Amino acid sequence: MTFLSFSNKLEQFGLFPLTARDVSILQINVGRKCNLACKHCHLKAGPSRTEIMPREVLESCLTVARDPAITIIDITGGAPEMNPDLEWFISEVATLGKRLIVRSNLVILLDDAYTKFIEIYSRNKVEIVGSLPDLHQERNDRQRGAGVFAHEIRALRLLNEHGYGQSTSGLILDLVHNPVGAFLPGSQKALEHEYKNKLQTDYGIQFNNLYCLTNNPTGRYVDYLKSTDNYEEYMEALVNAFNPCAANEVMCRSTISVGWDGTLYDCDFNQALELSINHGTPNTIVHFNALELCNREIVIADHCYACTAGAGSSCQGALSV
Amino acid sequence: MSSTYYETKDLADFPNIGEFAPTQGKAFFDYYAVATGPGALTEREKSLIALAVATVRHCPYCIDAYTNKCLSLGVSNDEMMEAIHVGAAMVAGDVLAHATQARKIIKKKEM
Repeated sequence: MTFLSFSNKLEQFGLFPLTARDVSILQINVGRKCNLACKHCHLKAGPSRTEIMPREVLESCLTVARDPAITIIDITGGAPEMNPDLEWFISEVATLGKRLIVRSNLVILLDDAYTKFIEIYSRNKVEIVGSLPDLHQERNDRQRGAGVFAHEIRALRLLNEHGYGQSTSGLILDLVHNPVGAFLPGSQKALEHEYKNKLQTDYGIQFNNLYCLTNNPTGRYVDYLKSTDNYEEYMEALVNAFNPCAANEVMCRSTISVGWDGTLYDCDFNQALELSINHGTPNTIVHFNALELCNREIVIADHCYACTAGAGSSCQGALSV
Repeated sequence: MSSTYYETKDLADFPNIGEFAPTQGKAFFDYYAVATGPGALTEREKSLIALAVATVRHCPYCIDAYTNKCLSLGVSNDEMMEAIHVGAAMVAGDVLAHATQARKIIKKKEM
């Protein structure tokens, strides 16, 4: 297969080098341990992983979170709840009065050891971004494991009972859709309509927004693509769907992503490929400097095509371009 | 020169069908966008119609494009197959409706 490299594609549209605009989003990956082992996971998170962000790294993240340049703190994993210091970290970050997001696989909120997080999240006004890859039980379970869909539905009902996703509570519950297979997500607006309609009608569940994420050809997902002879066709689909407007608005232009050991990256996918930031200063959270980082050149490779296909894709879903 | 008439990669050439006839090409794509985009029917409903038509018309490019689009829009496998069966039933009905001509001739000609 031959296709234009992502850097050459950007050059064609006068977008190379891709540089940051600001560092308003601090995305923190607090560990790769997870109670699930989803087939699309770019970080290959799972129960056997041992990488957990230590307390001292979280303390450095907290210091950085106080920087006025940071307006959004976005916590991800693995299952973030499996970091033993998450409760402390959330209670500290919540005092800063900034937008605070946790990306949860939902299922873990039913586990006796972690169900306390529903109350912790609501008390600290944490926005929950929950994974629900597909509305069909069979497809959903093919990606996440047998029986997971039923647990997701139970967890969503529990969150609704605590006020999450209810219009008057102010507690935000967003969901994430990502394709179960080797194809790209459809229109976010159309899928959100479908999700809202079916979840309300079939299960009495409400939520705020749906984010459609394109699966990134890294980690377990690229293994799946290659083992099923879908890799070349998938990459062609991404390249053919390249959208320069989406490329101009990619989330990494406003994000710093912190790995479990404090290493800084341009995004969570670059974490999967161990491509740390490359702006000429030390790449660790203890050396965070907003001024130096806000104009840095972003490290890119061909997996970046996933974020520029069609309407674009970011941790906040399709882009408004 | 390619050894086959249909090649998967040719689907990516669809945006270039206006080559040598750009005015008509633009007119077609403008119409195509309106006809297949959301309106009184949703994009999802129109994609299922398009998939049924694609299979009836035996167009490999359209079958590829609209199966993928249906998957992307969260259409279930059952829904896609039901739409295809509507197409199949319409074709079967179309064939059988034309048997009327044969039946009329048979009745006229037989003693």
